[in-house]
Amino acid sequence: MRTIWFLVQKEFLQIFRNRGMLPIIIVMPFIQLVILSNAATFDVKQVPMHLQDRDRSALSAKLVERFTAADYFRLTGSSFSDRESIGELLGRKADLVLVIPHDFERDLTTTGHAKVQLMINAEDGFSAGVIQAYSSEIIGTFNREELKKSGVNATVQAPPEIGIISSGWYNPELEYTHYMVPGILVILITLIGLFLSGMNVVREREIGTIDQINVTPIKRYQFITGKLVPFWIIGVAEMSIGLLIARLIFNVPMLGSYWLIYLVSAIFMLVVLGMGLFISTITETQQQAMFVAWFFMVIFTLMSGLFTAIESMPHWAQTMTLLNPVRHFVDIMRRVMLKGSGVMEIREQLLWLVGYAVVMVTLAVNRYRKVAV
Amino acid sequence: MHSFKGFLLKEFYHIFRDRRTAAILFGMPLIQLLLFGFAIRNEIQEVNLGIYDQSHDAVTRQITDKLASSGYFVMTKELHSTKEIEHAFAEGGIAEAIVFEPGFASRMIREGRANVQVLTDGSNPNISKIITGYTGSVLQDYRNTAFKTAEVGVEAVPLMMFNPELKSVNLFVPGLMALILMLVSALMTSISITREKENGTMEVLLVSSLRPVEIIIGKVVPYFLLSFVNVVTVVALASFVFGVPCRGSVMLLMFESLLFMVTALSLGIFISTITSSQQVAMMISLAGLLLPTILLSGFIFPVASMPLPLRMISNLIPAKWYLIIVRGIMLKGTSFGYIWKETLVLAVMATVLMAASIKKFKTRL
Repeated sequence: MRTIWFLVQKEFLQIFRNRGMLPIIIVMPFIQLVILSNAATFDVKQVPMHLQDRDRSALSAKLVERFTAADYFRLTGSSFSDRESIGELLGRKADLVLVIPHDFERDLTTTGHAKVQLMINAEDGFSAGVIQAYSSEIIGTFNREELKKSGVNATVQAPPEIGIISSGWYNPELEYTHYMVPGILVILITLIGLFLSGMNVVREREIGTIDQINVTPIKRYQFITGKLVPFWIIGVAEMSIGLLIARLIFNVPMLGSYWLIYLVSAIFMLVVLGMGLFISTITETQQQAMFVAWFFMVIFTLMSGLFTAIESMPHWAQTMTLLNPVRHFVDIMRRVMLKGSGVMEIREQLLWLVGYAVVMVTLAVNRYRKVAV
Repeated sequence: MHSFKGFLLKEFYHIFRDRRTAAILFGMPLIQLLLFGFAIRNEIQEVNLGIYDQSHDAVTRQITDKLASSGYFVMTKELHSTKEIEHAFAEGGIAEAIVFEPGFASRMIREGRANVQVLTDGSNPNISKIITGYTGSVLQDYRNTAFKTAEVGVEAVPLMMFNPELKSVNLFVPGLMALILMLVSALMTSISITREKENGTMEVLLVSSLRPVEIIIGKVVPYFLLSFVNVVTVVALASFVFGVPCRGSVMLLMFESLLFMVTALSLGIFISTITSSQQVAMMISLAGLLLPTILLSGFIFPVASMPLPLRMISNLIPAKWYLIIVRGIMLKGTSFGYIWKETLVLAVMATVLMAASIKKFKTRL
């Protein structure tokens, strides 16, 4: 036991002596957490809009006014040529072109029906859908209010409407930050943990101090434990500060139990560190260790269900994500924090994490040999 | 000049002697692009749906049938109370619950409007919005076909430009290209100088007749030639495997991609010159670049939606400009005239970073 205590002390000393690393592992994660959590949103605001009003009538002006009055659209120009409008779309000066045809007012007052064209920049299919929805809403309101006022064909029966009232059962405002903050926190902790542990043994091997440890009578498990404990402490400490930031700065609700989150964090750190140490034992240089860690990190991050939904993935990919510890932790965080789930509801994800931790640490202990490779 | 050539050769030898790293440098971008190109989507296949029908009339039954046959939804549960809805969400069995108010059909006829409550599992706002969108379009479709009265008022005819099928692949694959290329380049070069410092071979370089300019350029060139391979692979995959169209000039795309690589490599070299430990260099280039590039470049979340301070920071991220260029060339078929500004930004970034690296390179230990 005393051996482990000495090893832990040594690791801490090495960490704190490394002046360059300290700001990176202590300050950078939280700066990123605070700044980046605000980036994730699909709300479309102030969409630049180009106008082609070929009618220039009172009614067409009223329609345009409704588009610009709302906060959704911002008129950036108008013209009469198709070429120019498309040029605006190509040059990213407008994401929507509203084309009002020549006989707009006349058709509307005689037949009660007229068409307008919406040319929408659909690079981002999702945003395009949102723009279309906004436009339809504005036109719908125009139809209801403006046409009644102008007395346009009051006798024609409008088809009944289906009003849609949508809201989220949890997170009723569909606040993105409540969802992103816990997830980003997990990713940052994983980054730090994976790298610190991944680089660790390889570094000792590269600079030669690993031989010095190998000639001492310490056992393998003591060595590995001595490496796990300090990073584990750092990881859990950072998780705590991160949770505090989530609560105080972002007002992320905490419907579940803090103890549960702590327990899961502890287990998760074991997974990450075990994996890092394992990577450390199978690579020869720090550069290789970094690349392998990077490879897994990018996969874990993008397939965690945080940025794109797991349900959107093809079935084979969804199965693959079961092997992604970050996915399970993000899932648990969301459920416990936003839904108030207890141990029973998250037992499946928890079991995955526990199993993973056992496998990773065992692998790391087994691979480490006290002989020069 | 002679010493420079020798130096270049040395760098090439270093790279190819390390077989594992070389395999990683070429193989990993390929694997990742393949994996993510198929896995990262924004469309949802099967939404588990629960219906709480307080009306049970012909209209609600028709709407329910339409939802079930739309291909988006899977009828999972019939719910009979708000409590049951709560339970279903807590268990995670349904992603959306639809509530029809009582007397639905009669309300539609009498008042001309009846309400449907669409409840989604808000703990995943991303999915919530997508699902609500699907629901809205199915309901709208029902309204248009069931009530065959003439369209009254203004009708909007939408024309989706550049991506008519609204495939999320077209949005994501260029982003993946940028992300993977940037990370590989920055990682490769960020440790090159610090490794020499740590290994002690820096002394040898310093006493040689090589000037800082030559050393920096000599370190970037081999990786630049190698990244050419990566760029070609990535663009080919995007076109042939994922069907992302390339409506513009392929030559222009190649040129812009290489410019982006140079910028990323310069960033890596710059990181390399400001620290003396490999660990720190690697941490900065990965931990400092991964999340900002994913979140602030417009890869998944549109930059225009972000608050102003973030939009300003996003301008500093090379990937953001490259994404505009790539999406412009591939999806919109724009010519150079439309993207010269973004190209200029990348070129300036590359030059500034290189110049800063040369300045920061200490000719003393």
